[in-house]
Amino acid sequence: MDELIFFINRVLISGTVLGSIYALGAIGVTLIFGILRFAHFAHGDMMTMGAFIAFVLAGLCAALGIVTPLPTGFVVLPVAMVIAAFLALGIDKGFYAPLRKRGAKPVTMLIASIGVTLMIQGLIRLIFGSGTRSFYDTEPKDIFRIDMSAFGGTRPISITEPQVLMFVVTALLVIALHLFLTRSRLGKAMRAMADNADLAQVSGINTALVVRVTWVIAGSLACVAGVMLALDVALMPDLAFNIVLPIFAAAIVGGLGHAYGAIVGGFLIAFAETLAVFNWTAVLRPLNGLLPEGMALPANLALVPTEYKLTVAFVILVVTLLVRPTGIFKGVST
Amino acid sequence: MSAAEAEIRWLDRPLYRGIALFIALFFLVAAAGVSQGSASMLLILVQATGFALIALGLNIQWGYGGLFNFAIMGFLMVGGAAVTFISYPVNASFWNSDGPMLLGRALLAFLIGAALVYAARQTRRLGLRGFGYGLVVVLAWFIAYVIYRSQIDPAAAYIESTAGFIGGLGLNPVLGWLFGGLLAAAIAYFVGKISLGLRTDYLAIATIGISEIIRALIKNMDWLTRGTMSVSPMPWPTPLPQALQANGVGIADSFVQARLGFLALAVALLVIIFYVIQRAYGGPWGRMMRAIRDNHIAAGSMGKDVTGRQLELFVLGSILMGIGGAMLVSFSQIFDPSGYQPINHTFMIWVMVIVGGAGNSWGVLLGSLLIYVVWVLSDPAAQLIFVNLSTLTQNMGWGAIPEIDSRALQMRVFVLGVVITIALRFAPKGLIPEVIRREG
Repeated sequence: MDELIFFINRVLISGTVLGSIYALGAIGVTLIFGILRFAHFAHGDMMTMGAFIAFVLAGLCAALGIVTPLPTGFVVLPVAMVIAAFLALGIDKGFYAPLRKRGAKPVTMLIASIGVTLMIQGLIRLIFGSGTRSFYDTEPKDIFRIDMSAFGGTRPISITEPQVLMFVVTALLVIALHLFLTRSRLGKAMRAMADNADLAQVSGINTALVVRVTWVIAGSLACVAGVMLALDVALMPDLAFNIVLPIFAAAIVGGLGHAYGAIVGGFLIAFAETLAVFNWTAVLRPLNGLLPEGMALPANLALVPTEYKLTVAFVILVVTLLVRPTGIFKGVST
Repeated sequence: MSAAEAEIRWLDRPLYRGIALFIALFFLVAAAGVSQGSASMLLILVQATGFALIALGLNIQWGYGGLFNFAIMGFLMVGGAAVTFISYPVNASFWNSDGPMLLGRALLAFLIGAALVYAARQTRRLGLRGFGYGLVVVLAWFIAYVIYRSQIDPAAAYIESTAGFIGGLGLNPVLGWLFGGLLAAAIAYFVGKISLGLRTDYLAIATIGISEIIRALIKNMDWLTRGTMSVSPMPWPTPLPQALQANGVGIADSFVQARLGFLALAVALLVIIFYVIQRAYGGPWGRMMRAIRDNHIAAGSMGKDVTGRQLELFVLGSILMGIGGAMLVSFSQIFDPSGYQPINHTFMIWVMVIVGGAGNSWGVLLGSLLIYVVWVLSDPAAQLIFVNLSTLTQNMGWGAIPEIDSRALQMRVFVLGVVITIALRFAPKGLIPEVIRREG
């Protein structure tokens, strides 16, 4: 039983947390690719930006003496999302729209997005320095321990408060997105434009509006993902820069342009990472009794050493691109 | 026609424009030399020469071939690791231990694994298809991986605990640069072979992934590269300042003279490579590459081997990256895998090529020198601004700006982003655009 609890703590919970973050980021990447047809590299930095917006807001709340039952980072999340959405619109207006108007190739847009990455990252580091910050400087991180003694376990399942909230928020956002894409007129227009932009335009869809909505969704979801990452780990300027590739991996595995694929891809990559570095000996230890005398399981039976955790995502990314570039669901082909 | 218009026409000619820009660059570097001192100007110049080599490599790939390569950082690291292995002094405690034998066994395991994978791939000939074939190949990869890990892990642990790392061969660093180019070429061959069929943005993502894999490997293979503990001091091919000091040269002069020596060697190499590239690109080879880049379908129908030629360009460009990366490591005398960042080592090279003018070697040369100088100088410039701002805020009663030093360093990243954005918006073809010649 303890082995199962260990597995839940180490794989199920941390994999789901990571998966939620990847999924929310990958939805943005995949929507932008579907509508605007370019790989938006600055997405990771939009996540960091969102996290820092929330951090500033949380600091403001603390300075004003507002005490909330939930972690402040979550309370200020809706406001941060709105600000991030406006910033995303501004970035599009300032940097991508002029190039689009000129009819620039997707490659040029990709390089432009790297320019945006550098600028956002430079600005964040200029303003906040390159040190590590935490949302939990002022308040403690609540940890829930679910007692498993009723099932014969000696150790509890432990889960932190932000993790629980994270699951809830992700689930709500995904359901909202699903309803938006399938039920609303605008969502249908978006799917139509992802399918065929020219056809969508001649059939009277306001493509400019669709582009704006795409940026609003992508920007606010990136903000949520960034805040979650910051709440779960810590707040660093290069926080999301390291995570933008796993996010691209998730989007590609799910098929670029495919919102549901991105969600599946996010969880797939996250669990692949966590399972790959998981030490299987901890779970298989009871088998030691069955093995013949003098033969024991090695102390560490992880598939790859821990320091290669992120590499797992890159390997999956490269293999997917080579074997099945359209992803597990068929993506947009351009 | 008014005089102003005539002047604009005059500047539109690529040749005059290039000359004017190079003169401007000369004055910029000279100004930097006056303000920073000649020793640090030489430091900047040597490093800029190394980056110019790397940028020429990217120009071959992107400017000549239209191939997207975001794995520059990976190739630079490969070059650095290669020069470390060739030029670092011999580590006797490794060669006298069981290390070489254990590594030999690991190599054997690697070969067995490779043979296994190869054999599994041949089952296709026996008529195995679809799911069964996939299963066999994946299984073979897994078994090969387990076999290799079972040998390399104890070897790595043994070497790290006894000798530290395998050390070098103690040969001339220039040999190390060539080996860096060779190693980068070998890796580029495999990378290109598997990924050049992808569309541009997919290729970008794939190469960035590959470069991160290379970084993770070099960073964590402590037995080979000493990982994050970093290797130093690396020998120079030319006399070191310390050697000159031993011969009675003053301390300040010794740095200038030593760096001048290194710069001479680096520039000589750059000139030779630049000349060869220009000759090749001006000739039939270059015409063919342009044809493939501009319309690969037409070039293919004329009987050109499109994929083969693209692979050729990818490998050639990567050789220059390997050499440049090795040279930079030699010069800084330290190989520190954790010092490699995509911003400094991949994106900056892209900015150099795009700002300078993709497809035009002179433009790329200008771009690489210019961007590197701007990159380095934006740190002191930002510091100056911050210090002045800080006095201003202090006078206003808001207190000083904290951590000016570390913040000013970050200004470089921001400036790089602004430069690339402006370039894409207002000069998408670069400062000295490619000259389209009309033959016949």
